[in-house]
Amino acid sequence: MKKMKKDVLVIGGGITGVQSALDLADKGYEVVIVDKKPSIGGNMVKLDKTFPTDDCSICISAPKMVETSRHENIELLTYSEVEDMSGSVGGFNVDVWRRTKYVDPSECTGCGDCADSCPVEVPNEFDEELSTRKAIYVEYPQSVPLTYTIDYENCVGCGACERVCDAESIHFLERSEQIKLNVGSIIIATGFEMMEPDEWREEYGYDQYDDVVTALEYERLLSSSGPTEGNILKPSDGKAPEKVAWIQCVGSRCKQKGMPYCSRVCCMYATKEASITKGDDPDIEPYVHYMDLRAYGKDFQQYYEKAQEKGVKYRRGRPSRVYKTEDDKLAVEYEDTEKGEVKTNKVDMVVLSSAIVPSKGNEKLAEILGIEVDEHGFFESKDILTAPMESTRDGIYLAGCSQSPKDIPDSVAQASGAAAKALQPLKGRKRKGKPEKPEERDITEEEPRIGVFICHCGKNIANYLDVEKVMESIKDIPEVRYVSDPTFACSEDAQAEFKDAVEEHRLNRFVVAACSPRTHAELFKDTLEEIGLNRYLLEMANIRNQCSWVHSDDPEKATEKAKRLTKMAVSKAKRLAALKEHEIEVGDKTVIIGGGPAGMQTALSMADAGQEVTLIERDDKLGGKLNRLNTLFPSDIDAGELARNMSHRIEDQDNITVKTSTEVQEVEGYVGNYELTLSDGEVIESDTIVLTTGFKEIDPDDFYNYEGDDRIMTQMELDEALEKDSLEDPENVVFINCVGSMEEERPWCCRVGCGNSLKNAKAIKERYPDSNVYILYKDMRVFGKNEEEYYADVQEQNGVIFLRYSTEDKPQVSEKGDKIHIKVHDNLLDDDVEIDSDYLVLAMQLEGDPSASELQKMLKLSSNPSGFFMEAHAKLRPLEFPSEGVYLAGGAHYPKNIADTLSQADGAASKAEVPMMRGYTKSVGMIAAIDDDRCSGCKMCISVCPYGAIDFNEEDEVAEITDVLCKGCGSCASVCPSNAITQKGFDDDQISAMIRSALTDEVV
Amino acid sequence: MSSEDFEPEIIAFLCNWCSYAGADLAGVSREQYPPNALNIKVMCSSRVSPEHVFESFHEGADAVLISGCHPGDCHYIDGNYKTMRKAELMKKMLDDFGINPQRLRLEWVSSAEGGKFAKVMEEFTEEIKELGPLDLNGTSLEGENDE
Repeated sequence: MKKMKKDVLVIGGGITGVQSALDLADKGYEVVIVDKKPSIGGNMVKLDKTFPTDDCSICISAPKMVETSRHENIELLTYSEVEDMSGSVGGFNVDVWRRTKYVDPSECTGCGDCADSCPVEVPNEFDEELSTRKAIYVEYPQSVPLTYTIDYENCVGCGACERVCDAESIHFLERSEQIKLNVGSIIIATGFEMMEPDEWREEYGYDQYDDVVTALEYERLLSSSGPTEGNILKPSDGKAPEKVAWIQCVGSRCKQKGMPYCSRVCCMYATKEASITKGDDPDIEPYVHYMDLRAYGKDFQQYYEKAQEKGVKYRRGRPSRVYKTEDDKLAVEYEDTEKGEVKTNKVDMVVLSSAIVPSKGNEKLAEILGIEVDEHGFFESKDILTAPMESTRDGIYLAGCSQSPKDIPDSVAQASGAAAKALQPLKGRKRKGKPEKPEERDITEEEPRIGVFICHCGKNIANYLDVEKVMESIKDIPEVRYVSDPTFACSEDAQAEFKDAVEEHRLNRFVVAACSPRTHAELFKDTLEEIGLNRYLLEMANIRNQCSWVHSDDPEKATEKAKRLTKMAVSKAKRLAALKEHEIEVGDKTVIIGGGPAGMQTALSMADAGQEVTLIERDDKLGGKLNRLNTLFPSDIDAGELARNMSHRIEDQDNITVKTSTEVQEVEGYVGNYELTLSDGEVIESDTIVLTTGFKEIDPDDFYNYEGDDRIMTQMELDEALEKDSLEDPENVVFINCVGSMEEERPWCCRVGCGNSLKNAKAIKERYPDSNVYILYKDMRVFGKNEEEYYADVQEQNGVIFLRYSTEDKPQVSEKGDKIHIKVHDNLLDDDVEIDSDYLVLAMQLEGDPSASELQKMLKLSSNPSGFFMEAHAKLRPLEFPSEGVYLAGGAHYPKNIADTLSQADGAASKAEVPMMRGYTKSVGMIAAIDDDRCSGCKMCISVCPYGAIDFNEEDEVAEITDVLCKGCGSCASVCPSNAITQKGFDDDQISAMIRSALTDEVV
Repeated sequence: MSSEDFEPEIIAFLCNWCSYAGADLAGVSREQYPPNALNIKVMCSSRVSPEHVFESFHEGADAVLISGCHPGDCHYIDGNYKTMRKAELMKKMLDDFGINPQRLRLEWVSSAEGGKFAKVMEEFTEEIKELGPLDLNGTSLEGENDE
């Protein structure tokens, strides 16, 4: 039995858990991640691409996973589960059962020889059982940790793997063990599962027909590392389909046959899968059978439009069944609700967008932890709107799909948010500071003395190329003073050899010809640092992944190539210099711009963590839109009360300074060094800035006779009228959704309009039970926890009438006596409906607040055409900007409801606190540097720098780099017409030396 | 030299985050492809400047590959778009120099596309084999660079 004392336990190592852990670990807290699978990564790593940017999923998640596994403050317990818990907030005692993998992670090199030798084939869960794996396996090539696992249930005990393992890492006697953890707080990030389609929807034939697959199975078919290498092939016969149909809401949005909620991501992933299918193979015809197409997020609607342009066809109506026709096709039977006819769509393959359901273990885990789950099995929040990330027990927090279905950016925002919450019980705990490093030897005056290690990697290199010949080819290069060929360059023995060689030969640079620097350079760099050499004095030659493994059929040529790759590395190593990671101090002052709910929550969160906050608001009081709204969707709580409550809590905080009726006029500086000039003339200093500037309704004047008619109002004006109770007992009230939205000029969806119409329609019906309330909508986009259920209630209980119109045939509004006459073509009835109404409510399109465009210029940020800030990365960095120091939350990012806003606000607080609590931030080593004497002041570099790291020094007329902002891409170095810019570690001399060494016999 | 005996020399510039990782995955998947290219890792494809490409040709490369992340996937926001524009210009310049622009190839290979990386290597090697060795005589890169 092992004991571990940590600060935070994160249960679940998917992208959400990983993000929570990184946020906390970066602040110096010690985190342990428990994941029941052999590798972290969760569901995201199974996806081919992610909507709406078509980012390659594994490409963006792998660096985060590697960062997690290498983080000095993170301990990974994979293949492990939580068994028992006692104690309370601040001191939870958690028992974890770690199953043995029978493979020692410190010895396993991940070469895969064991799997090759294993005679057992079992269905591969990672490929959704569309392929097979061995009984000793890694889940996927980028697994973290990259340790093979023997799957005990399927192992026949033949011992073949043990015999071929050169690293001797397989130990059949290794036991599973219990680990006793003591932690201060717990974050639950157990993710989701997908409903087995046959559980509720056997009529879609998932069990009957091979070519009916789930969406996750289809993801694996699309993935280039999946069972068909990215070729879309029917499982039944391996042939390409001509037509593929997606069926939406399989098990979602239906109380009787599945779950009442909307799964929130299926419309978009189906759109993505269909659109990628069309892009990969233009001969395939993709169809999406849907009910409401919920393209509600940032850039989702535009993505949906693009999919249609590409040739994805959308058919409205929930299919009733799928059956096989005589000509061996799959017939999707459905009622086309736009035409009112029952039709069949004959296709070759059917993809079921089955519901996102809670992880099966949630209930058991809830019992162990003493918290509640909701009626479906998602963990219950303390309050779905105002405390979404707090469980029903103090000290235990929720993030991502463990709480309710959500997409990746909403999950990682909550991940950071939960990380901010998890700090609360840790107050007073000592955090880990900067790791101490041995003193570094100054080598500037030394001639290059290079040590070269040519790794055998067991047999992975040595079996396919002649290591001796490679050694022979470089040993006479004058600068090479030591050559060795360890069996495993990454082993402990070899690290000791590095040290001895340095002592004996006074080496000052290393070449390791082995596997990939992407997986192993950091290990060797750490060794260098321990020996007292700068970590950048290493160059690797990739003679395994990019040589022996891919040319194993031609040892002679592989040897030749390895010789040249090693020579190239030596020539670069000769030119390596010690690089510095520039550090600057970051203090505890932050400025939050915008005092709506996002700004208020960010302020509260950061003040609670001990930061000095200045909250700046343009209006004369805090609250933003909460001051104008009546109630909040979907739980009808009082918006004004929430604003007052938050304001009071802010007043009670000593370390928040509120400046109302104030605007920011000028910003200078960067992370750790901002200087803001305010409208009252005051200049304040700040280490970080959080933008929470919100959104606004577009000008309604040009829409539906709004101008000059008091009975026609925007959604926001209706909320105010309801708050003041100023409506006159109406007979009829009409809502028009999507006013100015999803049209050419403003193609985006406002995300919150449908929900607002629903809650206001309900409020009117409750206040005036005799009134008739109509909602004219395009697609009903309600998608969060309890939102679909609310919609169903408004339909069934409140008797609100819903009429569906299309962009091409918009409602007509005219005067008729003292009424407003509205004529709309309902495309579900396929008939015109005419209503004489007392009030007309317009759910206006929303855009970014105008102040955003000013701040954007001052801070060198970018925003999209709708006036919302462009975050650093749509999926994984929704709350950050490319350059460190500025963060965003709430409507400044995109309109969103209160639960999502508060999650983002806590998340942005967590992000801003990373450099603040660490006390410093640092640059990478391979940053760019400008030679003033050569700079002609042309500013080309300034225009290509994506991080705003280069400024123009007007006085000297030269460009200047702010070291800590440079991320080391090298764009500037390649465009400088005066050759004044050098990218350290990748300079022209080094690249040129590699080119010449590659192509000529000389050793340059 | 017949095209069968001719083994082209190719310099491949690969970005660290996508294409270099794709090349690694090709190895993990044990894809087999011709060994003609020698890879040079850069952090971002946008680091590759025309000088690196022209120097490669001058020093004896028969072809140059630049490979980065797919559009939209760049680890450095938009470096690959800059590469795209630069590659177009470099091709025009090669044409002016008297070198077939086909000898410079721009590819997007993600870290999940081991198979694609192998395919690109195979195709490109074949293509250059058909074009034959690069003869700098008569081109503007001819002879020693005496600068």
